[in-house]
Amino acid sequence: MTLQTMTFIVVGATFALYIGIAIWSRAATTGEFYVAGKGIHPVANGMATAADWMSAASFISMAGLIAFLGYDASVYLMGWTGGYVLLALLLAPYLRKFGKFTVPEFIGERFYSKSARLVAVICLIVASVTYVIGQMKGVGVAFGRFLEVPFEVGVLVGMAIVFFYAVLGGMKGITYTQIAQYCVLIFAYTIPAIFIALNLTGNPIPQLGLGSEMADGSGVHLLDRLDQVIMDLGFPAYTAQKGSTLNISLLTLSLMIGTAGLPHVIVRFFTVPKVSDARSSAGWALVFIAILYTTAPAVGAMARLNLMQTIQTGEIGSPAGNLVYADRPEWFKNWETTGLLQFEDKNGDGRIQYYNDGNADFAAKAESYGWKGNEMTKVDRDIMVLANPEIANLPNWVIALVAAGGLAAALSTAAGLLLAIASAISHDVVKGMVAPNISEKGELLASRIAMAGAILVAGYLGMNPPGFAAQVVALAFGLAAGSIFPALMMGIFNKNINREGAIAGMLAGLLSTLVYIFWFKGWFFVPGTEMAANTPDNWFMGISPESFGAVGALLNFVTATLVSKVTAAPPEHIQHLVEDIRVPKGAAAAVDH
Amino acid sequence: MTEQQLSRQAYWKRNLRLMAGCLAVWFVVSYLFGIILVDQLNAISIGGYNLGFWFAQQGSMYTFVVLIFFYAWRMNKLDREFDVHED
Repeated sequence: MTLQTMTFIVVGATFALYIGIAIWSRAATTGEFYVAGKGIHPVANGMATAADWMSAASFISMAGLIAFLGYDASVYLMGWTGGYVLLALLLAPYLRKFGKFTVPEFIGERFYSKSARLVAVICLIVASVTYVIGQMKGVGVAFGRFLEVPFEVGVLVGMAIVFFYAVLGGMKGITYTQIAQYCVLIFAYTIPAIFIALNLTGNPIPQLGLGSEMADGSGVHLLDRLDQVIMDLGFPAYTAQKGSTLNISLLTLSLMIGTAGLPHVIVRFFTVPKVSDARSSAGWALVFIAILYTTAPAVGAMARLNLMQTIQTGEIGSPAGNLVYADRPEWFKNWETTGLLQFEDKNGDGRIQYYNDGNADFAAKAESYGWKGNEMTKVDRDIMVLANPEIANLPNWVIALVAAGGLAAALSTAAGLLLAIASAISHDVVKGMVAPNISEKGELLASRIAMAGAILVAGYLGMNPPGFAAQVVALAFGLAAGSIFPALMMGIFNKNINREGAIAGMLAGLLSTLVYIFWFKGWFFVPGTEMAANTPDNWFMGISPESFGAVGALLNFVTATLVSKVTAAPPEHIQHLVEDIRVPKGAAAAVDH
Repeated sequence: MTEQQLSRQAYWKRNLRLMAGCLAVWFVVSYLFGIILVDQLNAISIGGYNLGFWFAQQGSMYTFVVLIFFYAWRMNKLDREFDVHED
């Protein structure tokens, strides 16, 4: 059977499964549509949260990022997992006790203000829409590479599948599909990793393999070998810190509080039956996420080592030490045809030289070998995960599984984001502001229409991504970190924060973060409008735009505290509300509207 | 202040103390061991891992998982002690 047929069968089978789940789990009430009737077991919710959280970027791009950045990519590993500690300790149990449907709803009630709720809705929609574009693009790309289907058709098929289970089942349908999607994506990720770890180190557990000795009998540890191989070719050491400590710390913090403040993640903890379940469910979510996130460093390091050793086959500088281009392996050719791997024989010797020609010392040495510059003109980071099964010579069904896994990661995250957008529109805007007297049936219809509309907008933007699509991660995390997380935290932990303080704080966090990002990346990401080049010399205290969310959060906290001090204290019933959400008892009573 | 209010205040104080302890560990394994002291810890190696690198790409995440379950377990006990647990 050809690889393409096999891929069609595996991807088709997973899609049939998702549709089957959709039909079985239709939502009948708004409670089921928004929060799955609050009846999801904490372990099941943990699994669904893991799929919700791990996007196309986590599945496809993260290991590649680690492979090329080495230690400095740790910010993503720690940032995107450490946020769950904050979520479990600071937010999830209290928001679950509050017992409503959306994040803006909490902000609106706690700060007794429709304006506060509206600011939260705007932050939520901007963060979620920018995020969902990347997922839709991921679906199109996965289809294009594995099934040779045009990009637009890929996005359309993805939209149709999400439409089916998200519109029919709402949160209920999404939750059960996400559980299935988690299983698909985690198998697809770990199986190739196990084979590669076994191959290189003889240890089948990638997390242990990364710290093991090479299987070639040399007695050298894998990471030491990797450091040596890449440093010999002029690249910086893999395991050493390269960025500034302040910027790395702030980026990690921004990613952590951004993670804890992303509404599509928070709302997953509204679906469990009890407050104590919300605490443990965050732990389960992190278990399921950590299975992939602790495997990724092994995949990254091993794939980088494989790539380097494939090309630099012998001694550096000896004419026969480099791979003859005509003898390159099959996977090399496959990825060349996609344009993600590019070779240019600069010195005309028919062999491949891959080294860091940006390193002046090594470039001089390379010239004495007769090398005329780095000949691997393009090595796309995403290849590291996608080509893994081919590099390890795994059977076709594993490659097909990787395609299904990438699609599962993108679709599950897209569905979670779309639900957050749809419920903000139908629950916070339509029911909360425009038509408070709408019947439950009417609201359910409104939420389905909002969901359908959100899918169409996301699909359109996925096919016609605005030029700034690559910058959206900074924006989504910056907004969540600078505006949403501090507002939620102060709402729970500080009874003195009032309406004026919360609104001023959110605006301070939001605007400072936006201005800082736009300053270096162009106003609304329009090229050429940036006020200063995006380089470390221009950054305020060396803080990159991606790291600024933590500073925005600090400004939010300070502003809210100061403004609350000079304006009237929150009314009595708000003080009681805060006291009430701090204890688990009586959560059931708070459930119904 | 009623007796219930006093007891809930005490419950909240205990919760905050537990939380502060957990967040201290959270800070130490990621920011301190994984970022600030990474060069110093990299001088020590455990198996084939430099210790600082291990904390940054493995150890911090394992600790996070343990921390959340530890907090959930202690809070369940605290909820019962102060009779604020559900059902």
